[in-house]
Amino acid sequence: MTSVAGTRAAASPRLARWPRLGGAALGRGFVTAYLSIIVLIPIAALVAKSTGGGLDAFWTSLTSPLAIRALKLTLIASAIVVVINVITGTAIAWVLVRDNFPGKRIMNSVIDLPFALPTVVAGITLLALYGSDSPVGINVAFTRAGVVLALLFVTLPFVVRAVQPVLLELDREMEEAAASLGAGPLTIFRRVIVPNLTPAILAGAALAFARAIGEFGSLVLLSGNLPKTQVSSLFIFAQIESGNTTGAAAVSVTLLVIALVVLLLIGRLTHWSLRHAR
Amino acid sequence: MPASRTASRLGLRFFAVGYLSMLLLIPIGMIFYRAFEHGAGAAWAAVTTPEALHAFYLTILIAAIAVAANTIFGIACALLLVRTKFRGKALLNAAVDLPFAISPVVIGLSLYLLYGREGWFGGWLLDNGIQILFSLPGMVLATIFVSLPFVVREVVPVLHEIGDEQEQAAQTLGANWWQTFRRITLPAIRWGVAYGVVLATARALGEFGAVAIVSGRVSGSTETAPLWVWREFGQFNLTGAYTASLVLALIAVTTLLAMNSFKRKEAT
Repeated sequence: MTSVAGTRAAASPRLARWPRLGGAALGRGFVTAYLSIIVLIPIAALVAKSTGGGLDAFWTSLTSPLAIRALKLTLIASAIVVVINVITGTAIAWVLVRDNFPGKRIMNSVIDLPFALPTVVAGITLLALYGSDSPVGINVAFTRAGVVLALLFVTLPFVVRAVQPVLLELDREMEEAAASLGAGPLTIFRRVIVPNLTPAILAGAALAFARAIGEFGSLVLLSGNLPKTQVSSLFIFAQIESGNTTGAAAVSVTLLVIALVVLLLIGRLTHWSLRHAR
Repeated sequence: MPASRTASRLGLRFFAVGYLSMLLLIPIGMIFYRAFEHGAGAAWAAVTTPEALHAFYLTILIAAIAVAANTIFGIACALLLVRTKFRGKALLNAAVDLPFAISPVVIGLSLYLLYGREGWFGGWLLDNGIQILFSLPGMVLATIFVSLPFVVREVVPVLHEIGDEQEQAAQTLGANWWQTFRRITLPAIRWGVAYGVVLATARALGEFGAVAIVSGRVSGSTETAPLWVWREFGQFNLTGAYTASLVLALIAVTTLLAMNSFKRKEAT
């Protein structure tokens, strides 16, 4: 569809001038001003604050033992969550596309629930079943396992929704050809399906990772405000509450940079692999 | 071979359904049970206190303002990205997605620093008697920030898809840009807009981290529904916290249903 629109755009030079009659400059001014006031200037203020005391001060607040500990937990928990998501997300997408059973459509709809559910409700939801008075005898409240569980909950849709459309479009003939050439199911999966899904899986994984390292609402009740379960977002919040905004800003900028680098790298990688697949 | 195929298919199905049940469905079902554990009367009483009602009112008010602002911005920005060429377009395209990559606490802190007494804007605004932080404007700004990309991202692909032939025809026939927009473009993109509005509303209603920082969390004044849930849970008013969570969860489910029906309308 996009390619059709693309050729159309190239074929009609008048397209580029469309709202100019109504003042495209006005529209551009509005959009730029809105984005600046809402997003760009606040971020600039954050970056300015983090480095306001010089790079030494930035480094000192970033490398304080508590900040390091929080960042380590954040990155390790997010990495675990991404690995689990890659496996479960691909499996769920597979079942949704290739399998057929009663209730499949409901299952397809509930995948998006973590996106629609307020994060603090996600935390309470998990505590209702896996909290201190758990009816199933599993208590993850105030533990690192609880942190991983909450992150799994909020990042569930990313890999599923990235892989699902690719799997839908995947040509079954390729698999049939491989099978007719004597490949077993495992070989077909490894040599035909996995390479085709990899860009989508990576894109989903990157989004899940970026979401996981910044997650706050679902963890605020689950972590119980203990040092051992304090991820970076909780650390930032605690620093703001105790008036150390410089320390909070240093960790914030670090989180922001990590998320942007991961998203940029994966964007490049997907772009590259798509070009080379053709 | 077919037998092992069937076995692996059933195994995978069992795994997928089991994982979703353990992580999503059963915990959400538990919310129902916990909310009504002590009877419907207790649940009702817990969420109809003046503070609770004010929290829900505030959440709806903030979401309404933020989503309205982002809808106007979203349509304008999408038109700019798809229908015009200008320098810095790639940059604008990337900047729109920024809120998705930023933690809510980081968003909260950014606004906190900007509008605080020491901030670039805060000092001057406070001297002129305008309070942003710890009041409605700050909470609205935070909510606009977190829900900014949704409408843009839903409208851009629709604009690509419909092309601009009808818009050009309308202009050839003498329509000005507003007539063209209102009669041709807007009807064509309406489901994309609706889809984006629903997603933005869900995000705005549930916003927690950014609002927790900029609101000051004064009960009955600057406390939104998610913040109310948090405080009540911390004070062991579990029935209230679970019931309010249930209300918010039901809103989320309604959102999902709306999304699905829009998706079908878009497809036809």
